[in-house]
Amino acid sequence: MNKKTVKILGIETSCDETSAAVVTDGRNVLSNIISSQIDLHSEYGGVVPEIASRRHVELILPVIDSALDKAGTDLNDIDGIAVTHGPGLVGALLVGVSAAKAIAAALNKPLISVHHIEGHIAANYIAHTDLEPPFVCLVVSGGHSHIVLVKDYLSFEILGRTRDDAAGEAFDKIARVLGLGYPGGPAIDKWAKDGDPRAVHFPRVKFQDNPYDFSFSGLKTAVINHINHLNQKGEDIPVADICASFQQAVIDVLVDYTISAAKEHKIEKICLAGGVASNSLLRETMSQKANENGMISLYPPPVLCTDNAAMIAASGYFSFLAGEFADYTLNAIPSLRIGSGHNGL
Amino acid sequence: MLINKWYKTFSEKDTFFLGKKIASHLKPGDAICLEGDLGTGKTVLTKGIAEGLGIKEPVTSPSFTIVNTYEGRTKLHHFDVYRIDDPEELYAIGWDEYFSDDAITVVEWGDKVLNIMPADTICIKITKDERNPDRRIINIERPNIK
Repeated sequence: MNKKTVKILGIETSCDETSAAVVTDGRNVLSNIISSQIDLHSEYGGVVPEIASRRHVELILPVIDSALDKAGTDLNDIDGIAVTHGPGLVGALLVGVSAAKAIAAALNKPLISVHHIEGHIAANYIAHTDLEPPFVCLVVSGGHSHIVLVKDYLSFEILGRTRDDAAGEAFDKIARVLGLGYPGGPAIDKWAKDGDPRAVHFPRVKFQDNPYDFSFSGLKTAVINHINHLNQKGEDIPVADICASFQQAVIDVLVDYTISAAKEHKIEKICLAGGVASNSLLRETMSQKANENGMISLYPPPVLCTDNAAMIAASGYFSFLAGEFADYTLNAIPSLRIGSGHNGL
Repeated sequence: MLINKWYKTFSEKDTFFLGKKIASHLKPGDAICLEGDLGTGKTVLTKGIAEGLGIKEPVTSPSFTIVNTYEGRTKLHHFDVYRIDDPEELYAIGWDEYFSDDAITVVEWGDKVLNIMPADTICIKITKDERNPDRRIINIERPNIK
């Protein structure tokens, strides 16, 4: 039987969000249900693993039902089940992996494992339906900061990564020190609009052995030292200026290193992915610098930057085409490396 | 031995090398509680410990995943419990299983959960020198073993 389209059910539970989606041919989203837990977490100022796992268990089946319902389809009509198996919180990942395995086994459908970051990258295939590799993708979120050379749909090379804190984590921690709440990224983005990015010069770190690696821990310490210093002197904290200067320091290195990496590899397409890809200054600066260098820069809409299952289904579609399936020994791998197979090797 | 001593470090590099030195005194099964404010160098000290244990891959902050595990001469579990408010949350992700005889476990913000850490846990406290933002005072003690 030859079907014209391939319909993938995607499942994502690696951190905060319980999400399920139905996507055809890796590009066309029929449904993308994200049950945001942000209200729950904001009480705690961050991700709470036990709460995250318990909420995933409660939400996973209703979310899957709702995704199928909204897509106007049912499980029998699905061609394959794609699920995030890492990296992430082990308890959270296990909920999605177990659900996907159960559905695949019960219906005898192919099971596909997806690396969370490869999923974020695939969000760009949904947002830009004619996008094809190769391109360079900057993946920046609460847990990840990577510059990835996407050689082909299933072939990746990491050109740069953070050596300490992720970019989004730095945003969250500085927002916490300034008392701006969680998540920190959008709060800092908002405050920064009223601040002077040149008010304070915070450090930009570059490594000799890999000029595309990031470090945000020293920047975080510099911002905290600056705030403590003002406090000691009894001065008011200029929140907007600190947000703007801090944000500028992060965005400068993210953009510069990504453009340089693309240049070195003679790539003219740059994509953004991950939660921090919603940051307005990052989008503007990347577009502008790409332009100046004869490159184009693309980014997904905010709903596809956050953790969602449509991107997992999109990524899973390309594995489906290649016949790369997981078996029922599939497990959650909290520190899964990019480009590794479903067994994590 | 390094226990029941205090050290002064004058830079991030110093803190890293102290971590490396600490590693040479550790044995499988040891647990370390790391205490210190945001930006005092807990992850830097852990990076030094990791290098001292022969871990080659980059040690990154576990704030997001709560725990990262590395393979070296001895296995290293690196926790960050900054966001944990109730120890029950740690039991739910298999906390007890991480403190095994074949691994060294470092817990950033461990002072928040010291009551559920092993009795012979080594406590390392990093404090900023008020007079100089680059200086740290690092105390190492093992309170329950005299």
